[in-house]
Amino acid sequence: MRGIGVDAIEIRELTKEYASRAGAVTALDQISFAVGEGEFVAVVGPSGCGKSTLLKILAGLLPTSSGEARLRGTPIAGPRRDIGVVFQSPVLFPWRSVLDNVLLPVDVQRLGRDRYEKVAMDLLALVGLTGFEHRYPWELSGGMQQRVAITRALVHDPAMLLMDEPFGALDAMTREHMNLELQRIWLEKKKTVLFITHSIPEAVFLGDRVLVMTPRPGRILEDVAVDLPRPRSLEVMNTPEFGRYARAIRAQFAVQGALDG
Amino acid sequence: MTNAKNVSLSILLLIVSLSLWEGIVRFFEIPIFILPAPSKVAVALYRGLESGLYLTHLKVTLIETVLGFIAGSALGFLLGTGVAMNRYIDYFLYPYIVMFQSLPKVALAPLIVIWFGLGLSSKVINAALVAFFPLLVNTMVGLRSADEDRISLMRSLAASDRQIFWMLRLPNALPFIMAGLDIAMIFALIGAIVAEFVGATSGLGMLIQSMNFNMDVSGQFSVLLILSVVGLVLNRAILLVRRRVLFWDPSEKNAVEAAEVEMAETRRVPARIPAKERST
Repeated sequence: MRGIGVDAIEIRELTKEYASRAGAVTALDQISFAVGEGEFVAVVGPSGCGKSTLLKILAGLLPTSSGEARLRGTPIAGPRRDIGVVFQSPVLFPWRSVLDNVLLPVDVQRLGRDRYEKVAMDLLALVGLTGFEHRYPWELSGGMQQRVAITRALVHDPAMLLMDEPFGALDAMTREHMNLELQRIWLEKKKTVLFITHSIPEAVFLGDRVLVMTPRPGRILEDVAVDLPRPRSLEVMNTPEFGRYARAIRAQFAVQGALDG
Repeated sequence: MTNAKNVSLSILLLIVSLSLWEGIVRFFEIPIFILPAPSKVAVALYRGLESGLYLTHLKVTLIETVLGFIAGSALGFLLGTGVAMNRYIDYFLYPYIVMFQSLPKVALAPLIVIWFGLGLSSKVINAALVAFFPLLVNTMVGLRSADEDRISLMRSLAASDRQIFWMLRLPNALPFIMAGLDIAMIFALIGAIVAEFVGATSGLGMLIQSMNFNMDVSGQFSVLLILSVVGLVLNRAILLVRRRVLFWDPSEKNAVEAAEVEMAETRRVPARIPAKERST
């Protein structure tokens, strides 16, 4: 909670180019957007639109080519301790128990286990994994593993969560369930979330806003505010309003497709 | 039921083949210095054990093997870590390591004995030289095989290189390292025996050599029997440690079979492919 008016994420004319054998490839082309403190912003786009690159830049894992990227007012200069990242795969360490996996950020940042073990247990309860603390990753289903990953991203109480298609590898049923869970966690914790996905319904269901990205070069085509009441139930997906949002976003890609052809 | 049946069947098979061996040797009157009957081997084994002769030499060989194993593994681990983590070591040392790799290490035994004498040190050094390679390669590959996503995760938490090594790369390499230790143990035994062949004052290898000069073939057979038991026990000991260390690795369930395959082959390539990510 910094001063009023400072955005959680602020991106201005950010460009990222990769050198490749065929010459420079522009992954992100002069993108600009801002995410307010506590806001849930979904980024949707087809593969190759640079959304993962964007997340890696925000996580401090990749440098920018030009433009500005600030988190809570300070320019990004490498990894920071006030963010939590959730990747597409759970990326758990098989030699650590569930509890030890959750406490990984605490170990890395030397925050003191005794203080954070309680936090970890409470978070595991929040995601419905009480009783699994001393199990090992291979004993868990894919959905449970991803819940461990989310818990791990939250344990050091970061100001914001960066999520890179976290439910992309799950089956449709589990995925819907995880969407509900994530909304519940977010409503409780009120963290800033940047959620990357290639599913339009998922983006509309979860986001306060949906950023629509197009590939080659990666650009933000549209910034859609989703005005649906919270908490949203799965039934909201059957409402005309939801359909309108989804259609409007899909239409963006159709236009883009026509331009490509 | 089936297990008990299998056990009794395999015991029966053993009895049948031993009797067959005994019968053939007696029937064709094969001289004892060519092929001794199992009964003669058993007598030789009993005499050797009873007089304490075998145990004295066994102790020597065991000490050589274990010391060689420890020294060779430690060296292999350190060098493997160096090559994997430091590009200068990798650049300047690796070509020589590859050259050394293609050399049959036991061929060095005569030199080693000349340099380090007939006593313990030459055997330990030879055992270490033979044992060190599987550990070097496996440590190197294990440390380098850390999953890209896991490294990204550690980096996103602002982990230092040192933390990434201790918390990610090393545990990740453990299955490889344990597989390397498995092979190294057997290799160390080979190294010690070969060095004893070349020149020694005691040890089971020296015993075999002197029995050979005396045409005591049944004695040799009995020592070979002891050696195979020693090899088996050493291998199982590593396996036991491995199971405890790698309790988290689901592929460990196949460790017994894997260990047997490793014993059968003398491989140069890493003895293990990375454990598949179990995300779904």
